[in-house]
Amino acid sequence: MATIKIRAKLQGDETTVKALIQHPMDTGQVKDKKTGKLIPAHFIQEVNCELNGTNVMTALWGPAVSKNPYLSFKFKGAKSGDTLKLSWVDNKGESDSIETQVS
Amino acid sequence: MINMKRRTFLKGSVAAGAVGAAVSAGLLTPRVVLAAWPSAAFEAKSVDSALDALMGSHAVESSDKISIRAPDIAENGAVVPVSVTAPMSNIDTISIIAEKNAAPLTAAFKLGKGAEGYVSTRIKMGKTSNVIAVVKAGGKMYSASKEVKVTIGGCGG
Repeated sequence: MATIKIRAKLQGDETTVKALIQHPMDTGQVKDKKTGKLIPAHFIQEVNCELNGTNVMTALWGPAVSKNPYLSFKFKGAKSGDTLKLSWVDNKGESDSIETQVS
Repeated sequence: MINMKRRTFLKGSVAAGAVGAAVSAGLLTPRVVLAAWPSAAFEAKSVDSALDALMGSHAVESSDKISIRAPDIAENGAVVPVSVTAPMSNIDTISIIAEKNAAPLTAAFKLGKGAEGYVSTRIKMGKTSNVIAVVKAGGKMYSASKEVKVTIGGCGG
């Protein structure tokens, strides 16, 4: 299941990356309304972004990043058609990744 | 109620002290920590101890060049959009901190080669507090802050 939506847009020599990830980002401090039990923490810890295999950004996240996280950043040095890979890993070891072309 | 708060406060300060002690004793090696997920930094209960655990220091210099874009009033503390723009060159990391959250450190963005001083994301905030951006560039740390009022209960403030 694809959990990531990504767009990488080149303007001049600057690429703007915008990504939306589907993830509950549970903090471990909220109770389930039905059972009254705490919902265990489940959140993304690390997001990695690579351009043609070279790291351009690593985000380290705590549980206080909002549910279904949004992320945007900019970098220089990409050409149209370059491959951008974004991947995430959460505290339960689950992960996902996506590749897109810079356009 | 007052006693309860005092209890939590005491617990919090003891935990923060423990983290600080661990860092100063060299048990945690902050520079290596960025390679893996720095749990000590994300669990730290105060801004200073979080920075100590993440960067090895909390000696920040306030800078008016860093701009934080966040709403003045956030009606929903669960989703507060925050953007940080920093003009410095050679930026290592941009960290976003919600000062009064139980664990203040929210996110740390480690920028690679060619990355610009800009990140944007959405964070959760427990209550009205300063949002602090800490930018590490060329071995120095700069910070800026902006207050975000969080209205709980949906009365629209």
